[in-house]
Amino acid sequence: MSVTPFLVLSAILFTIGCVGVLTRRNAIVVFMCIELMLNASNLALITFARQHGNLDGQIAAFFVMVVAAAEVVIGLAIIMTIFRTRRSASVDDASLLKY
Amino acid sequence: MSFPWLTVTALVPIVGAAVVALLPKRPGSAVTKQVAFAISLVTLVLAAIVGVLFDVGGDRFQFTEQYEWISAFGAHYAVGVDGIGLTLVLLTAILTPVVILASWNDGETGRWGINAFFAWMLALEGLAIGVFAATDVFLFYVLFEATLIPIYFLIGGFGGARRSYAAVKFLLYSLLGGLLMLASVVGLYVVSADSQFGPTYLLSELSQIQIDQNVGRWLFLGFFVAFAIKAPMFPVHTWLPDAAAEGTPGTSVLLVSILDKIGTFGMIRFCLGLFPEASQWATPVVLVLAVISVLYGGLVAIGQNNIPRLIAYTSVSHFGFIVLGIFVLNSQGQSGSTLYMFNHGLSTAALFLVTGYLIRRGGSQLISDYGGVEKTAPILAGIFLVAGLSSLSLPGLSPFVSEFLVLVGTFSHSVWFGAFAVLGIVLAALYILLMYQRTMTGPTRPTLAGIRDLSVREIGALAPLVLLIVLLGFYPKPLLSVINPAVGDTLQQVGVSDPQPDVPGAASSPAEEESSQ
Amino acid sequence: MPTAVVPSLGETAVPVVDPASAGGVFSLLWLIIALPLAGAAVLLLLGNRRTSAWAHLLGCATVIASFVISLVAFFSLLGRAEDDRSVVQHVYTWFQAGSWTVDMNLLLDPLSALFLLLITGVGSLIHIYSIGYMEHDPRRARFFAYLNLFVAAMLTLVLSADYLGLFLGWEGVGLASYLLIGFWQHKPSAAVAAKKAFVVNRVGDLGMALAIMLMFATFGTTSFMGVSAVSGEASQTVLTVLGFLLLLAACGKSAQVPLQSWLLDAMEGPTPVSALIHAATMVTAGVYLVTRSNFIFELAPVAQTGVVVVGAVTLLWGAIIGCAKDDIKKVLAGSTMSQIGYMMLAAGFGVAGYAFAIFHLLTHGFFKANMFLGAGSVMHAMDEDVDMRHYGALSKALPVTFGTFAMGYLAIIGFPGFSGFWSKDKIIETAFGHDMIAGLAALLGAGVTAFYMTRLMLMTYLGQKRWEKGVHPHESPKVMTVPLMVLAALSVLGGVLLLNDWIVDWLSPVVGTAEHEELGIPALVLTLIVVATVAVGIVIAWLTVGRNPVPRTAPANVSFVTAAARADLYGDAINEGLFMRPGDRFVEGLAVFDSDGVDGAVNGTAAAFGGLSGRMRRWQNGFVRSYALSLFTGALIVVLALLAVNLA
Repeated sequence: MSVTPFLVLSAILFTIGCVGVLTRRNAIVVFMCIELMLNASNLALITFARQHGNLDGQIAAFFVMVVAAAEVVIGLAIIMTIFRTRRSASVDDASLLKY
Repeated sequence: MSFPWLTVTALVPIVGAAVVALLPKRPGSAVTKQVAFAISLVTLVLAAIVGVLFDVGGDRFQFTEQYEWISAFGAHYAVGVDGIGLTLVLLTAILTPVVILASWNDGETGRWGINAFFAWMLALEGLAIGVFAATDVFLFYVLFEATLIPIYFLIGGFGGARRSYAAVKFLLYSLLGGLLMLASVVGLYVVSADSQFGPTYLLSELSQIQIDQNVGRWLFLGFFVAFAIKAPMFPVHTWLPDAAAEGTPGTSVLLVSILDKIGTFGMIRFCLGLFPEASQWATPVVLVLAVISVLYGGLVAIGQNNIPRLIAYTSVSHFGFIVLGIFVLNSQGQSGSTLYMFNHGLSTAALFLVTGYLIRRGGSQLISDYGGVEKTAPILAGIFLVAGLSSLSLPGLSPFVSEFLVLVGTFSHSVWFGAFAVLGIVLAALYILLMYQRTMTGPTRPTLAGIRDLSVREIGALAPLVLLIVLLGFYPKPLLSVINPAVGDTLQQVGVSDPQPDVPGAASSPAEEESSQ
Repeated sequence: MPTAVVPSLGETAVPVVDPASAGGVFSLLWLIIALPLAGAAVLLLLGNRRTSAWAHLLGCATVIASFVISLVAFFSLLGRAEDDRSVVQHVYTWFQAGSWTVDMNLLLDPLSALFLLLITGVGSLIHIYSIGYMEHDPRRARFFAYLNLFVAAMLTLVLSADYLGLFLGWEGVGLASYLLIGFWQHKPSAAVAAKKAFVVNRVGDLGMALAIMLMFATFGTTSFMGVSAVSGEASQTVLTVLGFLLLLAACGKSAQVPLQSWLLDAMEGPTPVSALIHAATMVTAGVYLVTRSNFIFELAPVAQTGVVVVGAVTLLWGAIIGCAKDDIKKVLAGSTMSQIGYMMLAAGFGVAGYAFAIFHLLTHGFFKANMFLGAGSVMHAMDEDVDMRHYGALSKALPVTFGTFAMGYLAIIGFPGFSGFWSKDKIIETAFGHDMIAGLAALLGAGVTAFYMTRLMLMTYLGQKRWEKGVHPHESPKVMTVPLMVLAALSVLGGVLLLNDWIVDWLSPVVGTAEHEELGIPALVLTLIVVATVAVGIVIAWLTVGRNPVPRTAPANVSFVTAAARADLYGDAINEGLFMRPGDRFVEGLAVFDSDGVDGAVNGTAAAFGGLSGRMRRWQNGFVRSYALSLFTGALIVVLALLAVNLA
């Protein structure tokens, strides 16, 4: 079975996530797009693991999932706090940390 | 193991600084000042003991101590003084108590209060003594950079309106020089690692290493530029007028009379000591810069209306003389230069402090705001005149001997450099006497009619300086007898000997017709 | 130790300074300097207030004590054999560096012995005079401190056996002169004059400093003994340059053209100062220097010609200025300049002239000090007015001053029998013996001198009263008139030094012996010509000033010559136009260059970096998306780069 379709799907998902991060303002959506990118890379990792016939890629994918889970915990908490203080979940409104 | 005199001399003020900083702050209490003054006096006594115990006919470096520090670099804690170092250690030890006494009330207006003011002064004294005593390049470098910290805080914390600007400017200039020097210090490691000694920073070993000509020249430049900025020489002098105008008079004294001497001291100790070939290679350019400094500093000083800035420019001129004497590479020039460092320290200190008193009374740094002060404050005017006359090298006052030795040395090296440098004495008469005339003589300004003459404390601070200036003017032998052997050793290291007179005064030579250089 | 005489390049013999070491009375030599120095130190350190009661007594006592020791030393010297009249006292070693050792050695020989007597003798008289003159000045103690300082410095100048020691005294008298010209420094004009004197002198000092450096580079020593022993072996170029450098130094101190401009302004000082420093002693230091350096000048004929030219120009220059001034002190100052010109002229003629230069220096010291003090007495009587147009008919009111002044007057114009007659006549004679132009200049100078001094006498003491309202002239107290009388006596009798050519023989161990020159005409005829010229000068003065009433204000429309002379022959204008104004502009420009150019470059660099970072920080805009975009772009570039490397 060819790996190409999986990799193509992974690339498409990653690109969608990427564009989402760059264009969307809603913090939640940006957050979801990041998750999408992470999962796209998970797909690629597993595809390569399957192709090479060892478990390295799968282990790496597990790591990514753990990190993603931790990130969700902290990220959602931050977004919640920002929303509470600013009544907005737009990332452009949280631009105080600049020159 | 003999008593570590030098380490103790340097440590007493540094530890004292910590003590002074931690003293309780009670408003109106003079305890801090008294403790600081006492510590500086103890240091003076220690330095005096070193001076007395120094054996004029003995080894070149005395009171040596040496401990391994960072063996991977070959860095040592190594100290010791020769006549040149001893002279400057003495200068530091003499000036600090004078400055503390003269700055009795200057620290109160600053940002951090008097504890910090006097603590930084003492710290600077200790570090400066360490710099003059270091016989290890790495140790020297570390202390050299460390002296920037106290003076930065002294200028930035206790100065005039634009003190932050002046402090940062001073720091950036010095760091730039320090950076170039660091490159050369690293280079020295590379050179020494390949030598028979392995990696080493000891002066005694480095001076025996044959350094490749090109490498030596580059390393020389790193050191020289750092020292030229410190000295300061034209064209890297512009930090000094700002720093002098913004710092308190005491800070300016520490800066110009002590700290800047590290530059010229370093030229003798490191530029000549480590890179004799490169020093001779650079001599023509250095001499030109030095003569430009002499004349340029004098001319710009004439055009100044701000008293501390004027004195700063006179120092540029004087440092020109010192560098000139160092790089003409003969005994008159170099003995003169070393003596000049000491004398310039005294005369400039007196000038800064006495004008500081004046500025404190008159409330302005501008010459044009004064006039006729002699009438109301004759003692102030008298000391001002003596300090000024010493700055213009009047015979009978100490700077004359040194300046004349430098000029004679320069003239023996090259007639033209000598002829141009000597113009500096006319400029000196102009800038000093113009300032004196405009501030002290003429009808007294109504705003100055009520000013007090100097108090006993203020006279007490200046009296030792004036006394030394006069004494050393007529009898410089105590210092010269210490300096001369060290200068002889330095010149031997460089591998030059004094030029012979065309027609020696003792015996008649037949080859008389081939005349001057 | 006999004085060795080595034959040198030319046929002239230049004596070598080769003194014996001092013993006996001569071991007190250092006291001559130390006494006034100690007086000055005590008075300066204790301050004006604490010493005002007795400062004048101490000041006079130290100088008189020095005079007594000098007198003893002089007579001891006189008692020794002619070739043994030179002793040196080693006081201590000043400093030493490399092969150069400078000793504080005091040299007493016939030349310095005469100077000792002049300085301490006239100095004592002027100290005593000052007790009266400065009586009402609140800072009289300070004044005496400065006077003592001056005497000590001047004695150092003439006693030192080393050029550097001479330089110490040289600058020391400069300092004392600075302090004393500016003694009334609340007057801006006095302060400016003091500074001007010091700075102009510094220009001369350039010559001195360079000469000393050149000596060291050439001979390896700067002592008179060392240099004179080998000066004959130096190259002609070096000797000529040395001669001109020393001449420059002499011009500065002795107010010779082109460094003459300070002397007239120096009259801002109290009158005893003008008498002591700016007439009798300090300003003659240049003549001393040239005479002392005879072992250089004798071997450098070109430089000697320079000395002659300077002397001749100055003697006329000063005399012309003296003719047009209305300020009594400035007339005397111009006259001083002119008389020193005579001395320089004589010194420029070498062996033949040195003795006469010193002779004229001594007699001039007497009569000029006398006249300056007399002028001080007049000013004292006229409420410090110095304008001669406000004087007139003072001979009745001030009989003693008039009488003593008249002695000085007769001496300076060279009235037969008076001291100035002998000394000036000898100089003119020597001048004609060497060079016709110099001789004519000296002769003309004698005539002009007679003119302006007669004019001064007529305007001050004779003619009509032109006094300001409320001025009541009165004779000065005894403490002032007695010194005047002593000086008047010396002015009359100073000529005795020439009896039997005493002074020529006395100085010959120092300056050498000259062959007697044969003039084209008998000396007596020349003397008659000189006297006739002087008479013409007097007659012209009588015709122009004495016959007509003197206007109380100076006439405005005068000839160009008078205008020029009033403006000091434009000496100040030239200095101002050539040096001061361009110098001011240059210095101002340089200050701007320093702050805008040098420092501007530094601050410019800092500003450039500051501006750059100001631009760059704009990229830090706070939008997460743009950070993410740059992150992705960066990643993309890295990937592309890797691909490119792999493919390549």
